[in-house]
Amino acid sequence: MQSPTVNESQTVHHEVEVQAHSPHGSHPDHRLFGLVLFLTAESMIFLGMFATLLIYRFVLPAWPPEGTPELELFLPGINTGILVASSFVMHRGQAAIKRNDVAGLQRWFAATAAMGAIFLAGQLYEYFHLEFGVTTNIFASIFYALTGFHGLHVTLGLIFIGFVLMRSRNRGHYTSEKHFGVEASELYWHFVDVVWVILFILVYLL
Amino acid sequence: MTATESPTSPAAVSGRDLGQSQRKWQDYFSFNTDHKVIGIQYLVTSFFFFFIGGALANVIRTELATPDPDFIQPELYNQIFTLHGTVMIFLWIIPAGAAFGNYLIPLMVGAEDMAFPRLNAVAFWMIPVGGTLLLSSFLVGAPQAGWTSYPPLSLTASQTGQMFWILSVLILGTSSILGSINFITTILKMRIPEMGIHDMPLFCWSMLAASVLILLATPVLAAGLILLSFDLLLGTNFFNPAGGGDPIIYQHIFWFYSHPAVYIMILPFFGVISEVLPVHSRKPIFGYRAIAYSSFAISFLGLIVWAHHMFTSGTPGWLRMFFMATTMIIAVPTGVKVFSWCATIWGGKIELNSSMLFGLGFISSFLIGGLTGVMVAAVPFDIHVHDTYFVVAHLHYVLFGGSVLGLFAGFYHWFPKITGRMFNEPLGRLHFALTFIGLNLAFMPMHELGMMGMNRRIALYDPQFQPLNVLSTIGSYIMAVSMVPL
Repeated sequence: MQSPTVNESQTVHHEVEVQAHSPHGSHPDHRLFGLVLFLTAESMIFLGMFATLLIYRFVLPAWPPEGTPELELFLPGINTGILVASSFVMHRGQAAIKRNDVAGLQRWFAATAAMGAIFLAGQLYEYFHLEFGVTTNIFASIFYALTGFHGLHVTLGLIFIGFVLMRSRNRGHYTSEKHFGVEASELYWHFVDVVWVILFILVYLL
Repeated sequence: MTATESPTSPAAVSGRDLGQSQRKWQDYFSFNTDHKVIGIQYLVTSFFFFFIGGALANVIRTELATPDPDFIQPELYNQIFTLHGTVMIFLWIIPAGAAFGNYLIPLMVGAEDMAFPRLNAVAFWMIPVGGTLLLSSFLVGAPQAGWTSYPPLSLTASQTGQMFWILSVLILGTSSILGSINFITTILKMRIPEMGIHDMPLFCWSMLAASVLILLATPVLAAGLILLSFDLLLGTNFFNPAGGGDPIIYQHIFWFYSHPAVYIMILPFFGVISEVLPVHSRKPIFGYRAIAYSSFAISFLGLIVWAHHMFTSGTPGWLRMFFMATTMIIAVPTGVKVFSWCATIWGGKIELNSSMLFGLGFISSFLIGGLTGVMVAAVPFDIHVHDTYFVVAHLHYVLFGGSVLGLFAGFYHWFPKITGRMFNEPLGRLHFALTFIGLNLAFMPMHELGMMGMNRRIALYDPQFQPLNVLSTIGSYIMAVSMVPL
C-alpha cells in the first residue's frame, strides 16, 4: 500500500524535473507574488516622497509658498480621467485572454498604450507651459520630482505593454491558462494608476 | 531533453545539484543561477570588501594614534572614514547575510533553488558593480560627509564623489531589495508541503524578518537619495538650507532606513547563532517560538525608532519621549533572544570549537552593544554623548561584536558543509582569540573617550585623549593580524 504511492510520487517528481527547462518549471508560479513584493517596495519610494511633500506642507507657513503660480487643473484633470479609464480598458484585455481571445487582448492593450501615451504627452505639454522651473521653489521642485518619477513609471509601463503586445504575436504565447505577462503588466499599470490618483490629490487638489 | 535517456540523474543534466567537485571555477565568475554558487559568490565578494574596509579602518586608527593629523591629511581622513562605513555596511555585512541566506535557505526549506534564480544572480552582480563604483570615487575625490551623508555637508564637499556614493548606494540598495523579494517568496512559498511555518529553522525566521525590513525601509532611503541627487545635480533645494530646504527632513528619511538597517545587519546573525548554539552544546534550542516571534517584534519596532538618532536635531519633546520609549522597548525582544540562547547552552555538552567560541563571543559582546544601546536611547544621556566616541563604541560592539562575530560563528559552522573540507581548528581558535582581544581593546576605550567628550569624525584631537587612542589603535592592529589565520 505504502510503496506504490512513494514510487508514483517519485515518478511525478522526475517528470517535473525533466520539464524544468525554465527556472520556474518545477514549482508553482510565484512571479505574481514577487511582483506584489516589488510593488510594495516601489510604493515605499513614493511614500518617502509623499512624506517629504507633506512635511513641507505642514512646516512651511504657506503652501504652496507665496508667489507660486497657480496650477492649471483642466488639462491634468482630463489626463487623470484618461489614466483611470485606461486601467479599465486594460482589464478588458485580460478578460479577453481569459477567453483565449488574443486579438481582443491586442486591441485592448493597444488602446491602453495609446491612452498612456496621451497621458505622457499631456504631462509634457503641461511641463512646457508651466510658469515655474525645477529650482523655482520647494513646491516646484517636489512637483517635478513626483510627477517626473511617476512619468518614468508610466514610461516603463508602456514598455512593459509593448513587450506583451510583441510577444502576443507569437501564436500560443499567451493562452487562457498561461498569461503571466498580461497579468503582471496589468497589475503594474494599476499600481501606477493608483499612485497617480494619490499624487493628483496631494499635489494638485490639496 | 536528454534527461529522459538517463532517468537516474535528471538533476545533473539540468545543471542543478552538482557536487562541489563537478563545479568549474569559471562558474563562480559567471552569471550562474544556482543558489549555492551565488551564495559563495556573495561570501567571497563580501570578504573581499571586508579586507578593504578593514584596511581603511587601520588607516583611521593609525592616524588617530597621535593627536595631530600627521599620517594623512584631514580631508583624506574624512574620505576614508566615509568609505570605511559605507563599505562595511553595504558591501560586507549586508551581502554576507545574503550569502548565508542564499546558500542555506533553499536547503533548509527543501526547495530546489531560490524562487527567482535569475533575479538572484542579477541581485548578486549588482554588488561588484556598486562596490567598484564606490571605490572608484577615490579617483575623483571620495565623498567626505560620512556614511550618513547629511546635507548641507554632503552638498558642499567632494560633490562628484558624493554623486558616485549616491549612485553606488542606490545600486546596492536595489540589489538588497531584489534579494529580499527572493528570500520572502522562497521562505513563504517554497517550503516542502510537510513543513509548516513553525517547523522551519530559526535562521529562516530571522532572514524573513530582515527581508521584510529591507523591503519596507530601503526604498525610502532611495527616495531620499534621489532627492539629494537632485539637490546636487539640478540645484534644487530639498535639503539645502541655503535655498530654504530642510536638512532635518533628510535626516528623518535617512534614519527611517538606516536604523532598520542595523536590524537588517544583525537579524540574519541572530538566526545564525540560533542554529550554531544548539549544535555545539548538544541541546535543542530553548524557546523556539519566543526567538521566532521576537525577530518580528524587532523588525516592527525597528521601523518606529528612527528619530532616536536625532535627539540633538531640535526634535520636539513629545517626539523624543515617543522614540525613547520605543527604542527602549526593543531591548525586550532582544533580551528574550539573549536569555533563550543562554538557556539553550545551560547544562549542555558545550564543545569549545571555533564556531562555538565565536558564538559565545557574539553573546557577550553583543550584550555590551545592546546595553550601551539602552543607554544612548535615554535622551539625557544621548545629548551628552551624541556624536562622540561613545556612539562609535556602541555601534562597533553591535556590528563587529554582534554581526561580525556571528558571521564568523556561521562561517566556521558551515565551512565544512560549503567547501567539503575541514578547516584547521587550532588556527580557528587563534583567530577567535586574537579577534576577541583586539575587538575589546579597540572599542572598549572608546566608551571612556566618548564620556570624556572626544568627538567622532575628526582627524585631530586634544592630547589628553592620546593614551586611550593608542590602546584602541593597538587593538585594531591585533584585529588586522587576527585575520591572518583566517
